[in-house]
Amino acid sequence: MAKRIDVSDLNIYYGSFLAVADVSMTIEPRTVTALIGPSGCGKSTFLRTLNRMHEVIPGARAEGKVVMDGVDMYGSDVDPVAVRRHVGMVFQRPNPFPTMSIAENVLAGVRLNNKRISKGDAQDLVEQSLQGANLWNEVKDRLDRPGSGLSGGQQQRLCIARAIAVKPQVLLMDEPCSALDPISTLAIEDLIAELKDDYTIVIVTHNMQQAARVSDRTGFFNIAGTGKPGRLIEIDDTSTIFSSPHEQATEDYISGRFG
Amino acid sequence: MATVQSAPTRPAADDELRRQLTGAGLEPSRKRADRLMTVVVTLAFAVALVPLVSVSWTVISRGLERFDLYFLTVSMRGVFGGMDAGGIYHAILGTLLITLFAALISVPIGLLCAIYLVEYGRGRLAKSVTFFVDVMTGIPSIVAGLFAYALFALFFGPGVRLGIAGSVALSVLMIPVVVRSCEEMLRLVPNELREASYALGVPKYLTILKVVLRTAIAGIATGVMLAIARVIGETAPLLIVAGTVDSINTNVFDGRMMTLPVYIFGQYRQGNVSCVAGATDCIPTINFDRAWAAALTLILIVMALNLIARLIARFFAPKAGR
Repeated sequence: MAKRIDVSDLNIYYGSFLAVADVSMTIEPRTVTALIGPSGCGKSTFLRTLNRMHEVIPGARAEGKVVMDGVDMYGSDVDPVAVRRHVGMVFQRPNPFPTMSIAENVLAGVRLNNKRISKGDAQDLVEQSLQGANLWNEVKDRLDRPGSGLSGGQQQRLCIARAIAVKPQVLLMDEPCSALDPISTLAIEDLIAELKDDYTIVIVTHNMQQAARVSDRTGFFNIAGTGKPGRLIEIDDTSTIFSSPHEQATEDYISGRFG
Repeated sequence: MATVQSAPTRPAADDELRRQLTGAGLEPSRKRADRLMTVVVTLAFAVALVPLVSVSWTVISRGLERFDLYFLTVSMRGVFGGMDAGGIYHAILGTLLITLFAALISVPIGLLCAIYLVEYGRGRLAKSVTFFVDVMTGIPSIVAGLFAYALFALFFGPGVRLGIAGSVALSVLMIPVVVRSCEEMLRLVPNELREASYALGVPKYLTILKVVLRTAIAGIATGVMLAIARVIGETAPLLIVAGTVDSINTNVFDGRMMTLPVYIFGQYRQGNVSCVAGATDCIPTINFDRAWAAALTLILIVMALNLIARLIARFFAPKAGR
């Protein structure tokens, strides 16, 4: 299921403004890749180009290559909607659909696409996805209650269940724990460790301990100043980045001697 | 020694703080202004209530006289002079049908226009659409009536009177209201929900249909109902294009149609009836009585629409809670 992504010479624009310049990296299958860096350096922007969510913002575009298992996702004949079915995404703030129940939220990817699914299959998919997101035991008795009635951490796991219910190959997470308390954060981090067996995961985080705990590889983004584009400074095994990074900027950032 | 010294100074500090917090230290002018503004605001509210209470009281007290099942279920066919007869069944039908067709025209156009403005519209075209919607909001209703008349006169010749022409006139007034309220409601849908839907691989049109509209439907329904309530009492355009008639007409595409506001106006204009001395079946004020009862009916219909709007909003509203 999991796929490898090769990014080469990627430039990301908002209108004429170059937001992220010249990124090249390889995202290995069945690993967790963490992206760290100061605010505004383009981590989230870069993450959103991996499933072509970037271009839903008017004027936003990307140049360069993002190749998933040999297919260029920015090829002229590639449908962005289809890309997003293969590359799922979890957002910073939990965003379950307020008009839907917990079960309907999990099935949203199927139902919203007008796909038919038998009742039995739907039940199986709900259970399987909620199990996968470590939420099943907490909500199995109230699947028909609104998803907005859950706690923040549960809502975020509901969003993860919703994302994995469409069976993506890659899962992107944009600061998934920044709105959560430490216990919910721990639950999500445990979940990430489990999901790694089946999915390629890319996670943006401001929490360096979190990057060190959950990721196999870590990329450090930095920005030279306001108005300048963000760049990927270095990417390496997480243990290397946090013990002996090659770049001085990386070491300054992870040791807190930044700016 | 140090503790002995510091102990007497503490009450002094407390007194100072107490004085600052309890109002002795506050500017007395602020309290006066606060009291004055409370009185002014309450008075303004009371003044605003006066016409409402007065209108309700007058309409109810005068309207109830003739307001009964008979009045609601017969037309004015064959009624003349001061006869103790006649009702508004034909006018209720006309009002409901003409307003229904006006809604059938305005809601799709208004809603699609709002979707364009919120989800697709960029640049000059969207700006000019917004501008012209604003201009349309200010069109006097008589102008809308003349527009509908001119339009239908092109096809059916001068002197045309049709129920559907009334619907067209009303929809000219209704479309901008629908666009405005739907636009507000669609903009209230958080962008996060659209992104959540896109991220699941849902195309834009399905996202709009199943997420954006579904989330905003309660507000849209309320907005549409309020737009209907706004046009259902229009008189001038209907007087021009729907005409007046005493008998029942259920076909908006054929012939004149009576409506409640026009009926009220017509009855009021006829004024007092001069009864022959000694006539038993003659009420001099019959026309005024009918006008008041019809006005009461119209108010009740508008109230019912508002209630329905609230019920719809409650039914569709996103449910929270555990």
